[in-house]
Amino acid sequence: MKTGKRYWRSLGELSDTPQFREWLHREFPENASEWTNHASRRTMLRLMAASFGLAGLAACRRPTEHIFPLAKGVEDYVPGNPLFYSTAFALGSAAFGLHVETHDGRPTKIEGNPNHPASLGAASAFAQASILSLYDPDRTRSVRQGRRRSSWEAFGEFAKDYFRDDGDGLRFLSGEVISPSLEAVQQHALQRFPRARWIEYEPVSQDQAIAGAELAFGRAVRSHYQLEKADVVLALDCDFLGLDAPSLAYTRAFASRRKVSAPKSEMNRLYAVECNYSLTGAAADHRLQMRASKMALFLAALAAELKLAPEMPARAQLSDAELRWLQAVAKDLAAHRGRSLILAGPRQPAVAHAWAHALNELLGNFGTTVRFTAAEGKRQVEQIRELADEMAAGRVKTLVILGGNPAYDAPADLDFSSRLTKVRTVIRLGLEEDETSALAHWLLPEAHYLESWGDVRAWDGAVTIQQPMVAPLFGGRTAAEVAAMISGYPYQRAYDIVRNRWGGAEAAWRKALHDGLIATEQVEEVKPKTRLDRILATPLPPSVDGIEIVFQPDASVWDGRFANNGWLQEAPDPITKLTWDNAALLAPSTARTLGVKSGDMLLIESAGRQIRIPAMILPGHAAGSITLPLGYGRTKCGRVGRGVGFNVYPLRTSNAMGFAAASSVRKIPGSHRFSLTQEHHSMEGRPIVLETTMEELRKDPRAVEKKTGRHELFSLYKEPTYDQGNQWGMAIDLSACTGCNACLLACQAENNIPIVGKAQVARGREMHWIRLDRYFEGSDEEPSIVFQPMACQQCENAPCENVCPVAATSHSPEGLNDMAYNRCIGTRYCANNCPYKVRRFNFLDWHKDLDALQKNQYNPDVTVRMRGVMEKCNYCVQRIQEAKIKAKAESRRALRDGEILTACQQTCPAEAIVFGNLNDPNSKVSKLKKQARNYQVLAELNVKPRTSYLAKVRNPNPELA
Amino acid sequence: MADLAIRPQDMQQELNPPLVTGGLSYRDITEKVSGICESKTPRSWYIAIGVTGSLTAVLGLMLAYLVANGIGVWGNNSPVGWAWDITNFVFWIGIGHAGTLISAILFLFRQRWRTSINRAAEAMTLFAVACAGIFPLFHVGRPWRAYWLFPVPNTDLNMWQNFRSPLLWDVFAVSTYATVSALFWYVGLLPDLATLRDRARSKLRQWVFGFLSLGWRGSARHWKHYEAAYLILAGLSTPLVLSVHTIVSFDFAVSVIPGWHTTIFPPYFVAGAIFSGFAMVITLMVIARQVLRLENLITLKHLDNMCKIILATGSIVGYSYAVEFFTAFFSGNPYERFTFLNRATGPYAWAVWTMFTCNVFAPQLFWFKKIRTSVPAMFAISIVVNIGMWFERFVIIVTSLHRDYLPASWGYFRPTVVDVLTFTGSIGLFLTLFLLFARFLPIIAVSEVKSVLHAQNAGH
Repeated sequence: MKTGKRYWRSLGELSDTPQFREWLHREFPENASEWTNHASRRTMLRLMAASFGLAGLAACRRPTEHIFPLAKGVEDYVPGNPLFYSTAFALGSAAFGLHVETHDGRPTKIEGNPNHPASLGAASAFAQASILSLYDPDRTRSVRQGRRRSSWEAFGEFAKDYFRDDGDGLRFLSGEVISPSLEAVQQHALQRFPRARWIEYEPVSQDQAIAGAELAFGRAVRSHYQLEKADVVLALDCDFLGLDAPSLAYTRAFASRRKVSAPKSEMNRLYAVECNYSLTGAAADHRLQMRASKMALFLAALAAELKLAPEMPARAQLSDAELRWLQAVAKDLAAHRGRSLILAGPRQPAVAHAWAHALNELLGNFGTTVRFTAAEGKRQVEQIRELADEMAAGRVKTLVILGGNPAYDAPADLDFSSRLTKVRTVIRLGLEEDETSALAHWLLPEAHYLESWGDVRAWDGAVTIQQPMVAPLFGGRTAAEVAAMISGYPYQRAYDIVRNRWGGAEAAWRKALHDGLIATEQVEEVKPKTRLDRILATPLPPSVDGIEIVFQPDASVWDGRFANNGWLQEAPDPITKLTWDNAALLAPSTARTLGVKSGDMLLIESAGRQIRIPAMILPGHAAGSITLPLGYGRTKCGRVGRGVGFNVYPLRTSNAMGFAAASSVRKIPGSHRFSLTQEHHSMEGRPIVLETTMEELRKDPRAVEKKTGRHELFSLYKEPTYDQGNQWGMAIDLSACTGCNACLLACQAENNIPIVGKAQVARGREMHWIRLDRYFEGSDEEPSIVFQPMACQQCENAPCENVCPVAATSHSPEGLNDMAYNRCIGTRYCANNCPYKVRRFNFLDWHKDLDALQKNQYNPDVTVRMRGVMEKCNYCVQRIQEAKIKAKAESRRALRDGEILTACQQTCPAEAIVFGNLNDPNSKVSKLKKQARNYQVLAELNVKPRTSYLAKVRNPNPELA
Repeated sequence: MADLAIRPQDMQQELNPPLVTGGLSYRDITEKVSGICESKTPRSWYIAIGVTGSLTAVLGLMLAYLVANGIGVWGNNSPVGWAWDITNFVFWIGIGHAGTLISAILFLFRQRWRTSINRAAEAMTLFAVACAGIFPLFHVGRPWRAYWLFPVPNTDLNMWQNFRSPLLWDVFAVSTYATVSALFWYVGLLPDLATLRDRARSKLRQWVFGFLSLGWRGSARHWKHYEAAYLILAGLSTPLVLSVHTIVSFDFAVSVIPGWHTTIFPPYFVAGAIFSGFAMVITLMVIARQVLRLENLITLKHLDNMCKIILATGSIVGYSYAVEFFTAFFSGNPYERFTFLNRATGPYAWAVWTMFTCNVFAPQLFWFKKIRTSVPAMFAISIVVNIGMWFERFVIIVTSLHRDYLPASWGYFRPTVVDVLTFTGSIGLFLTLFLLFARFLPIIAVSEVKSVLHAQNAGH
């Protein structure tokens, strides 16, 4: 629309080239120029008027629907006080209830919901780090059609027009649907489009467990283990304390049987058979290394040993040592009928799961240590294989991908990304711009779970409503909303979809939001019977000649979805202590055979495909086997995860999702530098992590004390006494700690701990205030592993304090070794003089490149430290102060035991960390410190640490000694 | 007041062979020494200062880069919180000790041979302390707050320093040392500055040296006060020779870290300091003697004496190493034992064996008179000793820190380019200052040498 003379301000404007227009367009901040519709004068005025009206409201990024805070002392919002909301986090098929701390409308920290059966107050490393993904500056920021910026309205118009027929060639692809409201929309969509199909695919799934149940029982069931009731547990390639199960509740149950308070306590016994070294293997009393492909055979042999099955040739393939082990386990299991448990892991084939079921039934464990609920029998790999076949045949016209990243993580043999190009219209709802987004015709920004309404069902049927704590930062929408939009569901907004799925009175709804549980859906409990004949008729998987490769989710990035999460990338792998990388893990003997050392590049070929990946020697890994952690080597990813690690998906095919045979493994030229947070793995015979056995403890309750040796400790000076008021202390039960990293992430979120990047980790500058020291013990080939959470010990005679020239670190009357960041000039003398080396120095400005968006995560109660300043754990002093202020406001003198939880303690699924007042003889921590297992690390230095440890106890089988 | 007059019979032994050769007269000495700073500046000086000045500029750039970015531009890490920074600090402080020893202790012991070298050695002390001072000030994370180390009234800290910290003791020890050394050097310069003033041809020189010589006229009264002041300053400096490095060693000895926490450190550090200081004096004087043609004033006898001191202190250092190892094993402390075993066989064994070779074995060559009087040989050995003593500090600091109590926190230190350039730059600064000194001030204490000549002549 041109009126009157044309004036110009610059030559660029006069020439009016596309580049100039683009420059003009980009002159303003992102999103400012998003609205590109041409406006007439009238609409312009209309919009101006509306803008003025809304200007005041625009400042609040609050959802308009009502959500309800936990009544944590504040009735309504008080500026400066955090509010806590209940919500839930989903990972694959599992859901975990959460409490989310928000400050001024910004979610800042994730904690477990104590009411939720799958969390019990704990939160996993993944759940805690997921808050960082909310503020990820690399998220999908707007709707795009092809490469063009578009809008939800435009997509709505398109959808109305496009989805008219009966869904011929229409396919939906999503992750596993565990949301009841999404299920409702899903059903509606499938009714609306009768010829459409909905495919659910997770790269890490429970497919084999479902198949195993179908084989054993003739129907799909989901197993629920009652570890607190099990005296003898056999875990077969099943990291139930780590990555192979919703491990928080299992860890709690398992740990409850490991904390030995008196010599008379009954402790459980864990046998682990595994290929890679897992947290479960580290916690085990006996661990047998075995190739993944041999484990089904092991179970069959165990069945034979227990006279469940006739003798099979299986036994012959086991070595003498393995047989001896098997016999001892069989005897132990048989002696604990109804109180034993056998678990098979998700990588094991169906027949292994079936044998585990059969053995559990034989041992009378059904109904005692294992329960079953009904499950759907859909096999995800088969679903995606069919989809890929249809795509290849050109039968898929429209593919709606809701979440997930199939172009990266679909089985390699399906050739998913190239087949995706044959689909006419690919609509993709995604959180970030990844490999799949790049191939989509429509790219829709997905709402993060902390900014959207939703609901998720945990394994046992507990449903939690997900509440938005902040309005979507980039205008994202949920999968349910997009499916509703496409299918014309009666409710279009996420809130309405969820609210209408659950109905009910407003009061009940509010209570559900408050509690974090809307209902425990009655999941049908089933009492299946095993059909031995069917299992016997199923052949065991063929043995793998040569080297096998095993695929497992990664402790940091899971299946790759957390690749752009800096906290997780920098969280060291619990076993290897590797950050910002993955590696082909192999046994020392395998490395010798291949002639490689850690860091050498390997070329691994399997089924005609190959990858290059550096080798890493892991003592205790099964020989002849290579573990390949999934989720790395992302090519299209945000700035954090791009190019980090090595992609192993090209070797993972749809018929070998757990493990496969490598056709060749050889060393190729080149090497790779790993960034490890711990490079020395032996305790050098020092009494650092003390370990004892149940038997030793029964014989001599003071066995632990004898291991540290007696030290005559005295001071030349009159020492200050700490006997007044609160005297803070901590006890950490090494018997319960599984080394899972949850505390490390909790500390990172609570205390605004920066990440430093791969190169700086290699230089030894990681900032974690609590680290999990991991030591190997025993031989290189058959080591055992112990963990020790190590943070500032708050020494009473702190060596750091007297060497600081400016008195920046000094003692509080409550026994805390305080850090005054403002006073610190950064001589690093304190860190040098710290025998525990728990002090962390800001060598560079770690916050320099931080996006403004990410700063929203910061906890306003904790100072963000500048460069050149020393920092360290302070027992979450901000939480202590908060509780003290609260007590004062309530005119209480004393704080209740357990009123203050440090971040690490709060999130520990094993409840291994206990913090409290040492001056109160009845506090939990005082009682723990009185136990005979209690000891102080480096007590002989007379630094008087306030943190003490309870020695690790194992319960080995005397027959295997 | 002590009688400092030299009686001829005392001198017989000391002056044989003579300390001033070539039959120089009083006038010759004045001409020779003053002539150096009055003649036209030679080209070689410009070239030399061009090189060292560039290195000093590199130091400036590196420090600016450090302040702009943080300590992370160095290789320091956790657990190795101190590395090249404090190594360089102790190295430079140690270098300074020879100057003070020569000017103060040898003065009190009436070692007349000190007169030819004391001026340059004292200057070297000052320059070394200046280089040393850079490191503790810039090694802190927030150097703009480094003034908090000094007990100056300030509203932002608003409290006293922590007087229990050895780092604070360092501040006092080093600043006292720098002040006393500067005073001592300046007082010693006064008569010679006056000579330069009197000989000055240009207005500028007259004015500058006139100002600097504080009205010195060489009257008996002046000499009397001068001698008294000099003696007092020598008395003040003498304990500093021992105390400064003792306190520097407390930085380590007071800690709880195995390899640091040892009571042998004070004497061991002092001996090491004198050892390294004399090596540096030889390095510099051999060059100065050659370039400035001072063979008649800095004779082989002077050099021979210094080699003997290097031999003695080098042996003390070697003995200390042995005692350290013995104590580690004898103590029965497993951490201590490990630290020393790790030094000798661990990842830094190369540094330790470099140290042993340079500091213990190399100076033993000075048992041979041939080597003690061979200028190239002693020059080479002095360089080797300098390298060895730098490594000694590196070994003490880095090998003790990199593996201490909890093996999980063990690490490894690798220097960065910035580390290397900062240290190289500090050498540049040191040499630049020395070149300026050699150009503009009398490098030899003219008046003192004349007193030796007097004794020497009187003896014949």
